[in-house]
Amino acid sequence: MTTNEILKRLQSEFGDDGIVLDGAETLDQFVIVPSTEVVPICEFLYHEPDLFFDSLSCLSGVDHSSDSDSMEVVYHLRSMVHIHQVIIKTIVPKESPRLFTVEHLWKAANWHEREIYDLYGVVFDNHSDLRRILLPDDWQGHPMRKDYQEPDMYRGIKVPY
Amino acid sequence: MLAQSTAPEETRFLELKPFSDEMIVSMGPQHPSTHGVLKLELRLDGEVVRDAIPHIGYLHRCFEKHAENLSYEQIVPFTDRLDYIASMNQNWGFCLAVEEMLATDPSKFESVPERAEYLRVLAGELNRIASHLLAFGTYGMDIGAFTPFLYAFRDREKILFLFEKLCGARLTYNYIRVGGVSRDLPPGLLDDVSDFLDYFEPKIDEYNALLTNNKIFIERTAGVAVMDEEMTINYGASGPNLRGAGRKWDLRKDEPYSIYDQFDFEIPIGEEIPSLGIVLGDCWNRYMVRMDEMKESVKILRQLINKEWPEGPIMASMKAIRPPEGEVYSRSEAPRGELGFYIISDGSAKPVRVKVKSPCFAALSALSELSRGLMLADIIAIIGSIDIVMGEVDR
Repeated sequence: MTTNEILKRLQSEFGDDGIVLDGAETLDQFVIVPSTEVVPICEFLYHEPDLFFDSLSCLSGVDHSSDSDSMEVVYHLRSMVHIHQVIIKTIVPKESPRLFTVEHLWKAANWHEREIYDLYGVVFDNHSDLRRILLPDDWQGHPMRKDYQEPDMYRGIKVPY
Repeated sequence: MLAQSTAPEETRFLELKPFSDEMIVSMGPQHPSTHGVLKLELRLDGEVVRDAIPHIGYLHRCFEKHAENLSYEQIVPFTDRLDYIASMNQNWGFCLAVEEMLATDPSKFESVPERAEYLRVLAGELNRIASHLLAFGTYGMDIGAFTPFLYAFRDREKILFLFEKLCGARLTYNYIRVGGVSRDLPPGLLDDVSDFLDYFEPKIDEYNALLTNNKIFIERTAGVAVMDEEMTINYGASGPNLRGAGRKWDLRKDEPYSIYDQFDFEIPIGEEIPSLGIVLGDCWNRYMVRMDEMKESVKILRQLINKEWPEGPIMASMKAIRPPEGEVYSRSEAPRGELGFYIISDGSAKPVRVKVKSPCFAALSALSELSRGLMLADIIAIIGSIDIVMGEVDR
């Protein structure tokens, strides 16, 4: 199925509100969905037999600029049965960003969501084990944000080089 | 100072059950072979593993943050350091993604020259053999057979020698660049590769006799830590781990990139051998797929060096690497599985975001579930069989 067909399925199931196609036509196109609808949409994409996205290829956070007050979370989904793919994007505010976990659908999400929490500070509700993954537990701040300022010292070690 | 979100209160830390014989053992943060630095927190009941929690991040070098502050050409040498066992394939994966973006404007960038594609396949497949050799050697060493390790390193050395001739480096090559490769074929290299293949092909059978069919080795790996196809896909694991579970899936065949559609090769998959207790998706099958893949790589390389090599440039002519605004997620088949690069460009010389989908990261996240209920010694067998390189997990 193409992204356009999947978009139509999503719009007929969840309404046109906020579910739109975006992205350069010659490159990857993605479906933007409201952050509150991420879990129902993912469940729909997983459970419908003709869609059946059984694999979460990649889950990333994106911060476009330090001027913006919102960030993106991007789900690259793929069906290993039907061999099709779709990209779901949702926008969260930088001030206390929250999403619900999709760990119950794809176990791959467990570590990926921890990584986004670690590097971008997005909190995933209902996650079974949300804590930092790449950085030390007592690190301050979320370094992949564009406006991140690294601390001067970490446990007596000078940080900026 | 920006607003910091606070850590959620309920996190999972290992807690002992009172009045039980359980104990917590911290394994690592060193692992005595070349996988990298990993720490496992194990809750043991005698010798049985009740829970295993991997702690990663010891090799975190902020690749993705660095990439946002570098131009596309400058990122290529950083990709060398992701999976340092298979640097050629990491270079390649990144360049494929950037080239996919550039190719949308044919007036600035047409395609990679054919000669460069030949050189890329040569480098990529040799590196695949080198990577699987290391996986084979260290796996033997991990579970108690030291000799295969010496054999594997002896033969890997020959490949590194070929790479040294090709590009001057032995580990971090920076050879495959955006638009082509950095150096043309040195005189006599194809003959050297041909000699190496003649030498190496019979060696694979020797390794199988030495380790694969060894009774102790089979006892240690057969039927251990079964990761079936559904579980593998659910965890996002790919490559030999998925093929070991019986799924015929290889991006070189299923979504061919470069010139892979011109070669005739098989995709090895796992098999059931009930008489030896070998089932689909166990440690033995994940290991065996890599051994068979080396044979297929030899097959590809033989076809490649016997082809009529096109003359011409090894680098596409372009002025500056400025991909158009937009984003792309590009996959390639690295030795450890599906390597994805997610790149967002705003049209300038530096990317807005580069995210690496690391196959090892996905495979390692399954370790907890795989190891529950097994013996302590099996943990080592699992780590070797999913073949992780921490440089790529931690990025």
